[in-house]
Amino acid sequence: MEYLKKYPKLFQWLFLLAVFFGLCFAIDVPETYKFIRGQAEFIKDPNQSVYFFLGKEVRYYAFDVFWRLPPLLGWLPIWINDSLFFLMNEWLPMEFWNEDTQEFKTRPLLLQISRNLTSFMTFLIELIREILLGGLNTIVAFSSWDWIDANPWAELPGLPWTIVAAGATILSYKLSGKGLALFAGLTMIYISIFGQWKPSMQTLSFILVAAPLSFIFGLGLGIAAYKSKRVEKALYPILLVMQTMPQYAVLVPALVLFGVGDHAAVIITMVVAVPPMILLTILGLRAIPPEVIEAGRMSGCTNWQLMLKVLIPTARRDILIGVNQVIMVCFSMAVISAFIGAKGLGFNLLLALNQLNIGLALEAGLCISLIAILLDKMSLAWANKQTDYFGNLTFFQRNKNVIFFAASFVIGIILAYVGTFIFKGSFNYLFEIPHNKGISTADFWNKGVDWIFDTFFIYIKAFNTWLIQDVLQPMRALYLRMPAVATLVLAVGAGYLIGGIRSALVVCALTLFIALSPWWDRALVTLYMATFGVVISCLIGFTVGTLCFQNKKSAAFMLGICDIFQTFPSFVYLIPVMMLFGITDTSVLIAVVVYATIPATRYTIEGLRSVPVGLHEAATMSGVNKFQRLTKIEFPLAFPHMMLGLNQTIVFALFMVIIGAFIGTEDLGQYILKALSDKNGAGIGLTLGICVAFIGLIFDNLIRTWVNQRKKHLGIS
Amino acid sequence: MSETVIKCESVYKIFGENAKKMLEEANGNVDAKTFQEKGCIVGVNNASFEVAKGEMLVVMGLSGSGKSTLLRCISRLTDATGGKIFIEGQDLLELNNKELIDLRRNKMGMVFQSFALLPHKTVVENIAFPLQIKGTNTEDSISRAMEMVKLVGLDGRENYFPRELSGGQQQRVGIARSLAVEPDIWFLDEPFSALDPLIRKEMQDEFLRLQEKLQKTIMFITHDFDEALKLADRIAIMKDGIIEQLDTPANIVLNPATEYVRKFTEEVPREKVLVIEDVMDTSSKDNLGDLKVSKDEIIENVAEKILTQEKIVGVVDSNNNVVGSIKPSKIIDTVFGGRKDSN
Repeated sequence: MEYLKKYPKLFQWLFLLAVFFGLCFAIDVPETYKFIRGQAEFIKDPNQSVYFFLGKEVRYYAFDVFWRLPPLLGWLPIWINDSLFFLMNEWLPMEFWNEDTQEFKTRPLLLQISRNLTSFMTFLIELIREILLGGLNTIVAFSSWDWIDANPWAELPGLPWTIVAAGATILSYKLSGKGLALFAGLTMIYISIFGQWKPSMQTLSFILVAAPLSFIFGLGLGIAAYKSKRVEKALYPILLVMQTMPQYAVLVPALVLFGVGDHAAVIITMVVAVPPMILLTILGLRAIPPEVIEAGRMSGCTNWQLMLKVLIPTARRDILIGVNQVIMVCFSMAVISAFIGAKGLGFNLLLALNQLNIGLALEAGLCISLIAILLDKMSLAWANKQTDYFGNLTFFQRNKNVIFFAASFVIGIILAYVGTFIFKGSFNYLFEIPHNKGISTADFWNKGVDWIFDTFFIYIKAFNTWLIQDVLQPMRALYLRMPAVATLVLAVGAGYLIGGIRSALVVCALTLFIALSPWWDRALVTLYMATFGVVISCLIGFTVGTLCFQNKKSAAFMLGICDIFQTFPSFVYLIPVMMLFGITDTSVLIAVVVYATIPATRYTIEGLRSVPVGLHEAATMSGVNKFQRLTKIEFPLAFPHMMLGLNQTIVFALFMVIIGAFIGTEDLGQYILKALSDKNGAGIGLTLGICVAFIGLIFDNLIRTWVNQRKKHLGIS
Repeated sequence: MSETVIKCESVYKIFGENAKKMLEEANGNVDAKTFQEKGCIVGVNNASFEVAKGEMLVVMGLSGSGKSTLLRCISRLTDATGGKIFIEGQDLLELNNKELIDLRRNKMGMVFQSFALLPHKTVVENIAFPLQIKGTNTEDSISRAMEMVKLVGLDGRENYFPRELSGGQQQRVGIARSLAVEPDIWFLDEPFSALDPLIRKEMQDEFLRLQEKLQKTIMFITHDFDEALKLADRIAIMKDGIIEQLDTPANIVLNPATEYVRKFTEEVPREKVLVIEDVMDTSSKDNLGDLKVSKDEIIENVAEKILTQEKIVGVVDSNNNVVGSIKPSKIIDTVFGGRKDSN
């Protein structure tokens, strides 16, 4: 009793667990229950129960309510579909002038808006694409097909790759110096001679539209939220859900609204990339010391000057992290949006993965990653650039970059022209190296994969079988064995113990939504995969982070590696694991582990770093050894920050589990992927996305509440 | 010299939701405690004073006494809840946004406790910032900024970023920035509080040197009584938003108006604050010895000379006319007398 009085929390937790397990054992598995695959499709089945909602029929397998709650939200996807359809096709018809047919046409307002937005995006992408690759669509947009037919010279010829490469190198040199210039040059040459030029430039044109637009919108909305509490309150829930919403899930509704193609991809990318930008903008602006703002005011800044010259530059650090996130998301989406018809490297990557051509996938993936790193570094360098006022420069020195570019422009054109004589009858390698005519190492990699497979087949197979049979299957069975009511009690109880009645209610609402949707079983499968990934990632991440922290250099090195890995589009992680483990759950889980280890490691190092130096010294003077210092001082203080890392790890793991559906899993992701090819998929896709987001949010809420309390307790908030 | 630059007439600043209404109801009788019960915090309570051209008014008070709030009312970084503030005869609270910006761009400069430098700009860019905001072209603003860099003795460091400078150097940048537009009115909000004692002393001396040269109208905020004594023409001592006493350093030391003020003055070495003029006897100018001292000398500097005299010492003004006298015993009285009172 003494013991329990001393630790009342422990007693409460034990009680909660006892109730949970009690419920688990008390509620039997219904005899008819097996892991049902077809539930969400509402197949007509005499064994199914039916209920009507607003005249809509919802069918489901009926079980004991304690075992599985009835899918009372089953009407939601159908309702979303109907509403979308109504909005797009029937709502507010208006007269619009049609340029092509020269007459007024009646169209629903939203459809018209969507078409206008779409054509605007298409124009932007085409413009950049045609500068890089040539074409005539942009010119047609300003003139007419007849005019182009009459004046064939007006077709944009596209820049030879040598000029683009030189341009990127010179720009990098101007922004940052020799190192980045070298990297830019090598990247461009690699892209070109490996025959990835065209898809790379297509992807680049997509990014060059999506990233700046996302940045501007994110910054703008962030500033609006900073200035007005009301805007912030309105934005906050959306931001929260979007942060944990898997990118797949947004694809489907966007498909309905904006159709198929690059333009839809840009819009979706903005939807995904803007929320983190907003959050980081708000965070950065909030952190500005009030005296800096006052200094700006006292210098006589107008509101605009204050925002542009004082607030935004001062919040630069966080805003730059936002830019990094935007670029990361853009490249990630560049791959994923290949599902809805975006052209470029992503399309090639998916194609190669589908054909199990690991070598080709690897090359495309490397290209995407290289361009992503390059753009990331360039944006960073641009923001940190310094002006030199004092150097008494000559005209040449001041304009040398422009002059060099002009020179390389001329040389590039001459080379391309000369190329037409050298490579008569074949491809002009000095202009553009076509996709299948570059050097390719695909064969080498494929052979390598084959070799690995042949040589280590027994071991890989043994590992695979062991993992699936002895670890994953039992784990999945355990998760599915939980009665819905028991899970609900556990979640709500945890919410209450951590954050009181408020947290309990939030967690209850989120869990109920999933439990009442038709995909509770799938959500459990998703959860089990994510749990497995998170546990392993945290073990690795915390260990690696702690070890690296022991030495300043290795810590900085590790953080650098995390930066680079984070810039890789999430899809790229699937390539090497498919190389080794083929199409199995093991592959997905290993990708999950690798991907989710990044935040775990990063937050561990950052957390340990944030422990005040004074405490280190105090501890050293108390005569602790290194290990004691770690366990008694550093871990307890860094723990809240490390828990935030856990939060990120969960989000990353969930994302990867969902993307893993591409390899073939049985969780929510699989249904999202299916919804993509379903004409009524929008509602299902969105609802599934919300389910995944809610899983993330449940943990987010619990962890954040705990961290905030803990930080207050330790006095380090 | 006597031209009024800053003039405050019963300025109030009350934080809270119904501050304005409550102030009207209180009818000029604001009590911090009753306001706090109703959820309002009184920052400045009925402040009235004037600052003349070229004068340095030091506002002294402990943290939470409302001294920074008062300064922010006068620079209109916050709007005063009640009362009137005049800057060179213009009613500050009546100015529209454009006029206010104009006033700040041309007339006001401000230095902050935490320096408040822009982290993304170099020293010279920081100093040129107010000029560039004003619309001065790059070349002119940079060359003017370089003059300021020299003035505060930071030559050679103009291309450093604030994070690469020590606290004292950063504050020099802050000072240079606030002076770049040649303002008439100079606000300093605890400019030296964040600095080490040695650096602080050095900066104070530097500041006095600058002021001698520039002759700005200054409002200087500090929580350090010694600093106030050292710098001020006049000192305003604040407590709970109320100005307890506003007077010359000597008068504050000699005649503290309230118990609160007296506590500050107790530990003050008078010989370092008072000048001969403050303690001399103007009635008798006879029987003077050979030694003459100037009336503007600080007692500490001439005490030894006077104490070694047997006769009464004559006091002269800058034209060498005898204006009074001082007995050696008076010096002893001044140095030790004050402390006797307090015991």
